[in-house]
Amino acid sequence: MSAPTGITRATLLKDLRLEWRSKDAINSMLFFSLLVVIMFSFSFDPTAEESRRIASGLIWLAFLFAAVVALNQTWAREIRNQVLDAYRVSPAPANSLFIAKTLGNFIFVSVLEALMTPLFIVFYQLRSIGPAWQLLVVAALGTWALVVNGTFFAAMSLRTRSREIMLPLLLFPISIPALLAMVQSTTAILNGEGARFWIVLLVTYDLVFTTVCLLLFETVLNAE
Amino acid sequence: MNHLKAFEIFNGSMIQSFNDSMKKAFPILGILTAILLSYALYMALVWAPTERTMGDVQRIFYYHVPSAWTAFILFFVNFAASIIYLIKRKPAADIVALVSAEVGVVFCTVVLVTGPIWARPVWGIWWTWDMRLTSTLVLWLIYVSYLFLRRFSSSGQTPALAAVLAVLGALCVPFVYFSIWFFRTQHPQPVMGGGGSIDPRMLHVLLINWLAFSCFAFLVCWSRYRLEKLQRDVDQAHALESLMAPRGSVR
Repeated sequence: MSAPTGITRATLLKDLRLEWRSKDAINSMLFFSLLVVIMFSFSFDPTAEESRRIASGLIWLAFLFAAVVALNQTWAREIRNQVLDAYRVSPAPANSLFIAKTLGNFIFVSVLEALMTPLFIVFYQLRSIGPAWQLLVVAALGTWALVVNGTFFAAMSLRTRSREIMLPLLLFPISIPALLAMVQSTTAILNGEGARFWIVLLVTYDLVFTTVCLLLFETVLNAE
Repeated sequence: MNHLKAFEIFNGSMIQSFNDSMKKAFPILGILTAILLSYALYMALVWAPTERTMGDVQRIFYYHVPSAWTAFILFFVNFAASIIYLIKRKPAADIVALVSAEVGVVFCTVVLVTGPIWARPVWGIWWTWDMRLTSTLVLWLIYVSYLFLRRFSSSGQTPALAAVLAVLGALCVPFVYFSIWFFRTQHPQPVMGGGGSIDPRMLHVLLINWLAFSCFAFLVCWSRYRLEKLQRDVDQAHALESLMAPRGSVR
């Protein structure tokens, strides 16, 4: 296989393997996700009719906060072991590292979402009038939007003061159109209405920002 | 290479003489802007006709709209300067990007403050999630986050990182407008500023105010540019001094 794909695959597998062996991050993240769902359930009464109407908003906000906590430790291992310096010196293309990290985060956040969604459905007694498979498409697109920008901004925040707060500060404003699209399309599908505009917007957003992040990651990596 | 060097020296001296003439022009421009702003104030508060339904409160329109236009222009300048910096790595482009973002955020804040002040007497609510106000809010958020990145990152890589963020933020703007536009057509809200045609006298006052605000913005940007350039030169001189000084004699 060509060098960039090989590097991506190797980096991704390395991250997954490390995560699987230590399990420290995944365990704390899983428990954090559970806590977020329960806090939301206490704050927004699940038995009230209004809560079921805003359920998609609640779910996506919960995903957003869980994703931010997960993204904050994206590059932690790399910083601890000066991996980025080694990467800069190597002839490996910067994009392979970025794609590997983004894919790793995507898998990680998807696992968290897979845990949180059944809990939300159970706690809020949610039912989908529209086809449920569309919800999976929206979830995948929305998660990718959060993760691709989040990984990029996490790399940008590496040498800033207050690194952990920098990531949400940068991520949230730019994610607003994507968040609106995610929530609106989820609500539309749950209510059996058409979500075409929002899904097209989400796809366009994903395409544009993935391309731009790929183009600019080299600059960010060399700027550190 | 000789002609290249000669070109650089010629360019440099041209920029130097340009700078000198700009320095002389600054007080003149300042006085002109002050006159223009006073004239625009008179036009907005006295000369412009009173609006039929909203009364005198509507006059805030002459501050709300030109501030918005000025902010949009400044953010576009920031986008252009950031791209120039990413391609050419000129420090001047980086300073222009910083300056236009700062002044742009100030004008954007004016829009977000005058909006509620206008909305409250007219509709009885402080805030309305209408398309223009909401998009301006998101724009404000994006550029404030840009300023935070500028403030919090260490000086070595700030220009490149900030330029990257500016490009991403600017690319986000069409998405912001589209998503909020569709959202509002699904869930209509009161529209600020009304629609329809505008009295030509009101348009005249609006444009005068816009001209005055643009001149003012230009002056402020210019001042800030000179200040930032001076600050960087001073910092560079200090750094050079510490590097060159023999051991033990640095303060």
